Amino acid sequence: MLIVLSAGQAYGALTEPWNAPYPLGARGSSVLFSTFQERPKHLDPASSYSENEALFTGQVYEPPLQYHFLKRPYTLAPLTAEAVPSPVYLDAQGRMLPADAPDQDIKRAVYRLKIRPGIRFAPHPAFARDAAGRARYHTLTRAEIDHFGALENFPYTGTRELTAADYVYEIARLAHPHLHSPILGVMGRYILGLDVLAKRLRSEDFAEDAYLDLRQFELPGARVIDRYTFEITLAEKYPQFVFWLAMSFFAPVPWEADAFYAQPGMAAHNLSLDWHPVGTGPYRLRENNPNRRMVLVRNPDFHDERYPSEGEASDAARGFLKRAGARLPFIDEVDFMLEREEIPEWNKFLQGYYDSSGVAPDGFDQAIRFNVDGQPELTPVMAARHIVLNVATQPSISYLGFNMLDSVVGGESARARLLRQAIAVAVDIEEMISIFGNGRGVPAQGPLPPGIFGHREGAAGINPVVYEWKDGRAQRRPLTQAQALLREAGYPAGVDPTTGHPLVLYFDATTTGPDMKSLFNWYRKQFAKLGIELVIRTTDYNRFQDKMKKGQAQIFSWGWNADYPDPENFLFLLYGPHSKVSTDGENATNYANPAFDALFRQMRSLPDGAVRQAVIDRLLTLVRYDCPWIWGFHPQAYSLQHAWVGNAKPNTMARNGLKYRSIDPTLRVAQQREWNQPVTRVLLWAGGFAVAGLIPALVGQYRRRRATAL
Amino acid sequence: MTYLIRRILYAVPILLGVNVITFVLFFVVNSPDNMARMHLGQRYVTEQAIENWKHVHGYDLPRLWNPEAAGTGHVTRTIFYQNSVRLFMLDFGRSDGGRDIGFDIRQRMVPSLSIAVPVLIIELFLSVAFGLAVALLRGSYLDRWITLLCVAGMSISSLFFIIAGQYLVARVWRLAPISGYAGGLESVKFLVLPVFVQVISGLGANVRWNRTVFLEEVSRDYVRTAWAKGLTESGVLSRHILRNALLPLLTTIVVTLPGLFLGSLITESFFAIPGLGSYTIDAIQSQDFAIVRAMVFLGSLLYIVGLMLTDISYAWADPRVRLAET
Repeated sequence: MLIVLSAGQAYGALTEPWNAPYPLGARGSSVLFSTFQERPKHLDPASSYSENEALFTGQVYEPPLQYHFLKRPYTLAPLTAEAVPSPVYLDAQGRMLPADAPDQDIKRAVYRLKIRPGIRFAPHPAFARDAAGRARYHTLTRAEIDHFGALENFPYTGTRELTAADYVYEIARLAHPHLHSPILGVMGRYILGLDVLAKRLRSEDFAEDAYLDLRQFELPGARVIDRYTFEITLAEKYPQFVFWLAMSFFAPVPWEADAFYAQPGMAAHNLSLDWHPVGTGPYRLRENNPNRRMVLVRNPDFHDERYPSEGEASDAARGFLKRAGARLPFIDEVDFMLEREEIPEWNKFLQGYYDSSGVAPDGFDQAIRFNVDGQPELTPVMAARHIVLNVATQPSISYLGFNMLDSVVGGESARARLLRQAIAVAVDIEEMISIFGNGRGVPAQGPLPPGIFGHREGAAGINPVVYEWKDGRAQRRPLTQAQALLREAGYPAGVDPTTGHPLVLYFDATTTGPDMKSLFNWYRKQFAKLGIELVIRTTDYNRFQDKMKKGQAQIFSWGWNADYPDPENFLFLLYGPHSKVSTDGENATNYANPAFDALFRQMRSLPDGAVRQAVIDRLLTLVRYDCPWIWGFHPQAYSLQHAWVGNAKPNTMARNGLKYRSIDPTLRVAQQREWNQPVTRVLLWAGGFAVAGLIPALVGQYRRRRATAL
Repeated sequence: MTYLIRRILYAVPILLGVNVITFVLFFVVNSPDNMARMHLGQRYVTEQAIENWKHVHGYDLPRLWNPEAAGTGHVTRTIFYQNSVRLFMLDFGRSDGGRDIGFDIRQRMVPSLSIAVPVLIIELFLSVAFGLAVALLRGSYLDRWITLLCVAGMSISSLFFIIAGQYLVARVWRLAPISGYAGGLESVKFLVLPVFVQVISGLGANVRWNRTVFLEEVSRDYVRTAWAKGLTESGVLSRHILRNALLPLLTTIVVTLPGLFLGSLITESFFAIPGLGSYTIDAIQSQDFAIVRAMVFLGSLLYIVGLMLTDISYAWADPRVRLAET
């Protein structure tokens, strides 16, 4: 150990902490150090949908719109577009209709987007051209590709200006049968001709590696108007479509990139757009080694974008407006290190080697404590290091669902409804958040999280079936009321009158580890408070999905994370035509209430305002009464930043936030050195111990040699 | 040579059998529909998208037998055939996520080896040294203490050693990085701690095993004769005891060789080493059958090669052993 440690550390140990995972001096510049836990599966904007992928695609690609970094509630702002588009509605004859025209009259919704000139793609070999203007690397032989092997080995790169055609090309890519875009099903319903194009491309059955020049196919729903203008035409009114324009699915892809990567031999070197993205964003992916690290570096051709100069009222006091008007991005490089386990990641954050971190369960007590008002704050140890805590309620919900097709807990009968209401009162979500989430959650009063239009705070926002407003806050109704509801349902003290035994209900879940056992026991206890016996049916993920699809689960745990900050994106989870069983949709409980469905259709077409709020209030009243969900909680994200990190305002909708982040590298290096001085005396102790251990052996050996045979 | 050819021919049905078992077990748990859902994500996925994914990846074919095909198509137009035959040419194909598996294996083999080789060498050296020491000093305090420590070491989970090692060495004493990996010479500082932890966690069992082997040899007549001839201690140890104890030592060493390539799951995961162990687990979690199948095939192949090497090494270590007779 001594020898190995000494040898291993000697070469750089004189000036740097021994435990530094990267050379501090060389990286003292404007580099952000962060982590990722799981390798991204897709970096192609047509295929990528996961949060861990958006960490990279959000910095590389630029859809036409983005979320304003500072404003709340979340507001769309132009990114490459000159303005947030408003749709033009047309009737069957192509005549313009007013914005408030009845939905059934609207046969086309046209979004015209004008992008800003002068935006350029990041340098890439796909754009490289010779003196005659021919693409240098679009007709490579296999031997040439083998020779280059990796993107960085191509001696020439090029760039070109972003045009409207790149956006139209990407929209057509959503129909590409080999890209498996997850939103093709949704967009195929809305974008005119996209499903037809998808069917046609599927029927072509071309080879997987072959280049498919999508510019040759007609797509009436996406048209180039001029060099900087394009139009998207929807087959019906869909006001939420504008939010999709802030997602990477609608980011521009240059045809040159597809032509470059489709050459035979590229795939054998894992050279593909799915692995090496090409965008116009503030960063480009210089190194993609998801087995170890991924490195984003500043795009030298990034267009002129400035830090916002307005935000929430408190932003100036919190220092979020100090860099107002400054050119973005502030950081030259972002290094993402692979960290599969939370403990090493947490420890490296505490050592100052990572600039920000979530709060690991094992480190929660070390980092966070709750004050007398129940608000989280940093422990003195963390505060002494000037670490900053940010808390953000996520636009998500985690809930328990009742299968509304089930003969016991489902259906519209009063018996089933009262049973669901009784259980909803008895299952103590506050306790659950406290025990299993370290307090990181807000009890849900309905499907809409805080920050989403339609959510109400205070007495007006509570779910009266489960809560009552007392002493200025929502308080769960007492257990006696749950028991009364159960009695009314026909299960006095939880006894099923048909059997004379306690009612038996089934909770279907996937087994994800030993930690789940305590949660399952907690569920059993909650139901036992009503005299109901809860049987946990655990299964693997695949079988659980099958059960859900076939409507065989009875009670289950489920969740949803918003695609966009609109109530439609939560309330559609309860829309009858989206039933999981009948349409494989997102309505996991298979809740179907014609009154709700009619109101939902009305609500989704309305602009935010008093009318829409009133409709949402009625929708919430209906579902709270029918109680297809135990409303669960909205998770809260706790994030910690070191003092040298700036502009770390949480924005749970935006995925392109790294361009706003800033770093003070001098302070970071100073703190890293101060916090990580090696305890070298341990090596002396270890050496001494080893020598001391050898003495009895040497003495024994000496005696053996000196001993006589008899 | 005849022996080797015979063993290679034996390997073919074994590999085929392993492939069939892997295939059946995988598809008992995962249906192609589920695989498609896993790759496409859970949101907004339509039946059409699932069918399309299966078609592009060849999972729309029957699994082992195609009743609708003609002639050899009964067998060849199946998922099993289309995915398995090329493995015998060491062509691992593409993962379900689209990556070239051979490329990934070559890339990830280096980090796995950079931990496994030093661990093997250091552990071998230390376990032989300690094993010999305690065998020669049997009954002494040192023997008892080392035996006690070995039993304790064998009883404690390797996970404990990892967490304790990271906490003490990297966090409290700040002597090495907690986790991470780098290429070239820079990798040394990242490998110090995982190698140290793996050596310590494996030392107990190996020392105990070597002690038993050496004790058996020490008590033999030829050793007594060697002492009686007045040979030096080093001569008795190296030329007599160690050489005669080589066979059982070789058995344990050569059988571990496949593990060198296939990596250590827990160690790689906790120390963020981008090796083949984590590659396999990632594939199982993401239901990437192409990678699972390739890694199981590679594992089987390496074990067969390892066992052949064991036999060959026997003949090398002990001239009395003849391969043709085994």
